[in-house]
Amino acid sequence: MTISLILIVVMAVLVAAGVYLLLERSLTRVVLGFLLIGNGVNLLILIMAGRAGVAPIVEDGVAPEDYSDPLPQALILTAIVITFAVSAFLLALIYRSWRLANADDVADDADDVALREGSMVMPIEEAALDEGATDFPVDDAPAPARQDGEVTR
Amino acid sequence: MTALVPLVVLVPLLGAALTLVLGRRARPQRIVAAVSLTIVLAIGIALLIAVDGTGALVVEVGNWTAPFGIVLVVDRLSALMVIISAVVLLAVLIFSIGQGLADGDDETPVSIYYPTYLILTTGVMVAFVAGDLFNLYVGFEILLVASYVLITLGGTESRIRAGITYVIVSLLSSILFLASIGMVYGALGTVNLAQVAERVQDLPVDVQIVLHVMLLVAFGIKAAVFPLSFWLPDSYPTAPAPVTAAFAGLLTKIGVYAIIRVETVIFPTPELNPALMVLALLTMVVGALGAVAQADIKRILSFTLVSHIGYMILGVALGTVAGTAAAIYYIIHHIVVQTTLFLAAGLVEREAGSTSITKIGGLLASAPIVAVLFFIPALNLGGIPPFSGFIGKLGLFQAAAEQGDALAYTLIGAGALVSLLTLYALVRVWNLAFWRPADDVAGDETRLLQAVEEAPLSTSTISETKATPRLMTLSTAAMVVVGLALTVFAGPIYAVAERAAENLDGSQTYIELVFPASEEVGP
Repeated sequence: MTISLILIVVMAVLVAAGVYLLLERSLTRVVLGFLLIGNGVNLLILIMAGRAGVAPIVEDGVAPEDYSDPLPQALILTAIVITFAVSAFLLALIYRSWRLANADDVADDADDVALREGSMVMPIEEAALDEGATDFPVDDAPAPARQDGEVTR
Repeated sequence: MTALVPLVVLVPLLGAALTLVLGRRARPQRIVAAVSLTIVLAIGIALLIAVDGTGALVVEVGNWTAPFGIVLVVDRLSALMVIISAVVLLAVLIFSIGQGLADGDDETPVSIYYPTYLILTTGVMVAFVAGDLFNLYVGFEILLVASYVLITLGGTESRIRAGITYVIVSLLSSILFLASIGMVYGALGTVNLAQVAERVQDLPVDVQIVLHVMLLVAFGIKAAVFPLSFWLPDSYPTAPAPVTAAFAGLLTKIGVYAIIRVETVIFPTPELNPALMVLALLTMVVGALGAVAQADIKRILSFTLVSHIGYMILGVALGTVAGTAAAIYYIIHHIVVQTTLFLAAGLVEREAGSTSITKIGGLLASAPIVAVLFFIPALNLGGIPPFSGFIGKLGLFQAAAEQGDALAYTLIGAGALVSLLTLYALVRVWNLAFWRPADDVAGDETRLLQAVEEAPLSTSTISETKATPRLMTLSTAAMVVVGLALTVFAGPIYAVAERAAENLDGSQTYIELVFPASEEVGP
């Protein structure tokens, strides 16, 4: 199976650029990255078809191995249509996100923010400490230490 | 009989078209949606009866012979999955109809809800009857695109935020899957599952492993196998209750279904089984620990969902008939129970105005029916003896014990521990949300809440409580009954699962089903 080196290089560049863009925060770039990777993968399927040949319509005097393989092209067509539909949806999603937040960035995950700011100490525990309704003795000291009998988890 | 196979795909697709045409008239839309799902369920049952006798139904679409045309294959596993998906989808549909009717607005379940839901059904069915890898990909895409729409339904800020994570992660897995299809075609010159299975044995082992790992990663993201499960607990809980229930029950299991196909039909060789066992272990433990640390019922359930995917992967990773049979039974059990729990959580949200266990209480007194509807599937998921969860886990542990090496016994231990942790998380929900008197909620300091992390920026304030319409309670109750039926009829169902697993013992049976009496196939 001989394949064009240029196609392979183009595919690699498309996928590499796509991965780079996909890792960006801006959603518009994410979409562009997705489109690039999608095209890169379509090229990959085309490469897997082997070398180029004449159109796969049976003619007299053409050896079977001279035809190009039609199946991957059918697969690529389907994949292109799917990519098209999904990118239309993504654009709508970005527009909606922009309308809501006036930015097309991926929003921070609430848990991640809390973890980064070290505020995972829960309001429930703070509130509970200065109320007396507990089964356990509460020291007046600002006790970070655990009470006796408490289970350490 | 073979005419029925394409119908499981066509009926919901036509239903989707019809509901789309009916546009804003909600009542006919509901009727069409419910009727098409009922027909799918009936076809599924007919298929299982037919397939259980003959082994499989193979349809060559457009009469093109097998390796050249597209084949649809229904074996016992597919038929079982079609039935259980139809049951779950129907119950969730009725639940959402109830919700829409009660809220009295024809906009919130927007007019695209029913068409999208039916297209989701179509995608699920395509994935189950697909006989080649590319058709499986198309099925996945259909159901994923529908799920993108459903998870961002209404377009509120939190749903868009969670939806973006879900969409991008799913897109990545789809691209990986497509790339692996390209690789498979390059290596083998075919995408027909049976022909792939036939030819893959001649490949060098290293190429086999590359293809195997690529497919497993693509499906692992969909099935939420640790470490590819990070997206699930973040994105599922924000969607509307019925949508979350359908997603949690079905979508991850379709990933597991695809993994079963890969492990049994394409690569029945045991090279990667130990690695899968370790992943199963991590999925179980990490998921369960996540569930213990959560305060929101929906998030707790999302984490238990991840953790129980580990059990199914364990069954598949054993690579024995007993393991696969147990995994199949466990999938059926888990689809039903997980959906029921999410529906019950939806009822809790209506009754109490919140799903945060730090804020609600006294539901046993105020809503005893909801309490029962939550309690039974909770025990079931935890694996308390009479229920199907126990039977499924027992089957898995037995299969693992037959394997008998150290890794298998470690997994048995972890599995038992994880079911206890699951039970702990769910019983805590029970204690706080249902048993605790409503007056005690404010300022309650119980040891049960000490390890719990409230989502910091969550807006889970108590919203207005609404009366629960009878239709919602009824559909949840129906799902509880289905879950109990899995226990009562465990014998016959487990027997079907075993026969399904025997079909999947090595790729030879599958190849013979698709290419009957053929020695050498195709070019």
